[in-house]
Amino acid sequence: MNAATHSAMHSGTSRLPEAVSAIESAALRSDRFRLEREADWQRLEAIVTRMEKGRLRRLPDEDLLALPGLYRTVASSLSIARETSLDAATLAYLEALVQRAWFVVSGPRSSLWDWLRGFLGGGWSAAVRGIWPDILIAFAVMVAGTAVGWLLVAQDVNWYHALVGGDMAGGRVPGAAPEVLRRTLFGESERGGMSLFATQLFSNNSQVSILAFALGFAFGIPSLLLLVHNMAMLGAMLWLYHGAGLLVDFAGWLAVHGTTELFAIMLAGAAGLHIGRALAFPGDRPVLQATAEAGRRAALVMTGVVLMLVVAALLEGFARQLVDQTFGRFVIGGFMLALWCAYFFAFRGNRRQVGPA
Amino acid sequence: MSVVPTRYRRTARDRLLVTPEGISVPVAVASRGSRLGALMLDFLVILVLMGLTTWGLIAMAGGLVGIDRQLEQKNALGYALQFLVIVWMVAMFLFRNAYFLLFELGPRGATPGKRMVGIRIAARDGGRLTAEMVIARNLLRDIELFLPIVFIMQAGADSGMGWLAASGWLAIFLLMPLFNRDGLRAGDIIAGTWVLEQPRRKLEAAMSVGRASAQAVSFADDKAPRTAPARAGFRFEDAELAVYGEYELQALERVLRDGRAQSLESVYQTIARKIGRSDGWNDERAFLEDYYTQLRARLEAGMRMGRRKADKFSGTSE
Repeated sequence: MNAATHSAMHSGTSRLPEAVSAIESAALRSDRFRLEREADWQRLEAIVTRMEKGRLRRLPDEDLLALPGLYRTVASSLSIARETSLDAATLAYLEALVQRAWFVVSGPRSSLWDWLRGFLGGGWSAAVRGIWPDILIAFAVMVAGTAVGWLLVAQDVNWYHALVGGDMAGGRVPGAAPEVLRRTLFGESERGGMSLFATQLFSNNSQVSILAFALGFAFGIPSLLLLVHNMAMLGAMLWLYHGAGLLVDFAGWLAVHGTTELFAIMLAGAAGLHIGRALAFPGDRPVLQATAEAGRRAALVMTGVVLMLVVAALLEGFARQLVDQTFGRFVIGGFMLALWCAYFFAFRGNRRQVGPA
Repeated sequence: MSVVPTRYRRTARDRLLVTPEGISVPVAVASRGSRLGALMLDFLVILVLMGLTTWGLIAMAGGLVGIDRQLEQKNALGYALQFLVIVWMVAMFLFRNAYFLLFELGPRGATPGKRMVGIRIAARDGGRLTAEMVIARNLLRDIELFLPIVFIMQAGADSGMGWLAASGWLAIFLLMPLFNRDGLRAGDIIAGTWVLEQPRRKLEAAMSVGRASAQAVSFADDKAPRTAPARAGFRFEDAELAVYGEYELQALERVLRDGRAQSLESVYQTIARKIGRSDGWNDERAFLEDYYTQLRARLEAGMRMGRRKADKFSGTSE
């Protein structure tokens, strides 16, 4: 230690005469150690302070280049000072400085824009592929939920009111005339306030899907329950329109935005399940580490889910109203489904840019 | 090196983090109280922003009268109003979800509320704080905070066992930071982040510079330059220095740096009585400074040889 300290002392840069005299007049070896290095410390502090204020652009290049070296120098100063100095104020200063420098060096580096580019250019689809077992489970649960809804209502019509709430159902109740049901599917282009409707849908749906994701923290079970409940409602409605001979028309009405929206809801549920699974079965990693890895991957998926819900709301608010016939609706819905599948499962992109996936 | 040495541990919240590059960084976990305070401040800011936006948009729409009637109209005014309502909805969504994201992704890793109370977020593994960590920790805010609070407030006279069970379950999310020693909330666990204190400390003057006590310590530090003394300092015998340890040294440093005459006086009395000297009368500060310098020289010399003395009660450890 002594030898190391010493050789470090003599490798310092040339100093002004008065600085040298201050160093020589210092009585304690640990104070001399400090005086020889404090120029570096203060330079690092100045750089860090400017970076904390977000003035990265105005920082000279040589300072930016010096940052990693200075950070290491100060960190080693701290570890030497800990072993050789009893100056509490200097130790506290060094601890704070090393910590601040670490925050700056390891802070978020990419701008939001860069991150978004990496996210769309492969990070998102890689994250979606990374949770494929959960997507399969979520898909199976959704299919099962739909079937359960249909079967329950087919057994006992009263289930319909339990599954589909009163304000949600509107005129769509069992026993309604086929004409009434048909009017709920077509002829909406006359209605005003479409854009308003779309925004409302988006805001509501994304809040629900964030909830589905967040509930994954309770081992994923509430996420699955939420999926089952939503899909049972769908199953009940399918049964209703089937009874009126409008099943295909209803499927078309739903497909316009449903392929996107249901896909997004499935991904949200799968992302929640992914976290719940990591929490319950972390494998051979520590629970906290496994959960954190799953959480970051799921967060990427969820950001994408919000984007998908924007698209779904636009489709629901505009495309469905403007395309007033079943075939056209199927074309739009099918196209969107193919697009999402291709993007997630065929598109590889520059996948190492973002995320832990 | 996974534990902070006891003598540097100021509180139970100090941790030593080893970064992937192998640099050990001392950090302090933010207290739960300061985090709650930061959250309150942020909510206040969000509420004010929401209020101002709403007020501004209503002012633009020309008052609430007749909006609901005009909204469904298919004319220019109707479209304009629709546009304003959409702006309002999007703004509310962003305030609710993007406020925390945007600020925590900035160079300070903290929302305005966190900055005001002096805390910030960081990656728990010592690596880089990434965007998906920030997103993950903020997506969970809904079930951690809004859902439990709304649910618990819905309690009525007819709320039975089901309500009790559900609110107990939700309370686990709400109170999670109380159940682990790093104060992690559910979002922190998911994202692999934690909330730390943001340190800010100035470099204070070196204690022994510019004073002519150099000659006095040359016995302990053979490399000390032998300059001529500017004034006759106090010289302490080895036995007089041996009574105190590192803890007392740092207490003395604090008193000297504060420089309050009253505490200098009383500390002088204590030390003089303990070591049986009285020649520092009317020159307490110089007496204490010299005592500090020589005690530190002695203790640091011991440190270099691997001998440390924690406080006045402990013998020199071998």
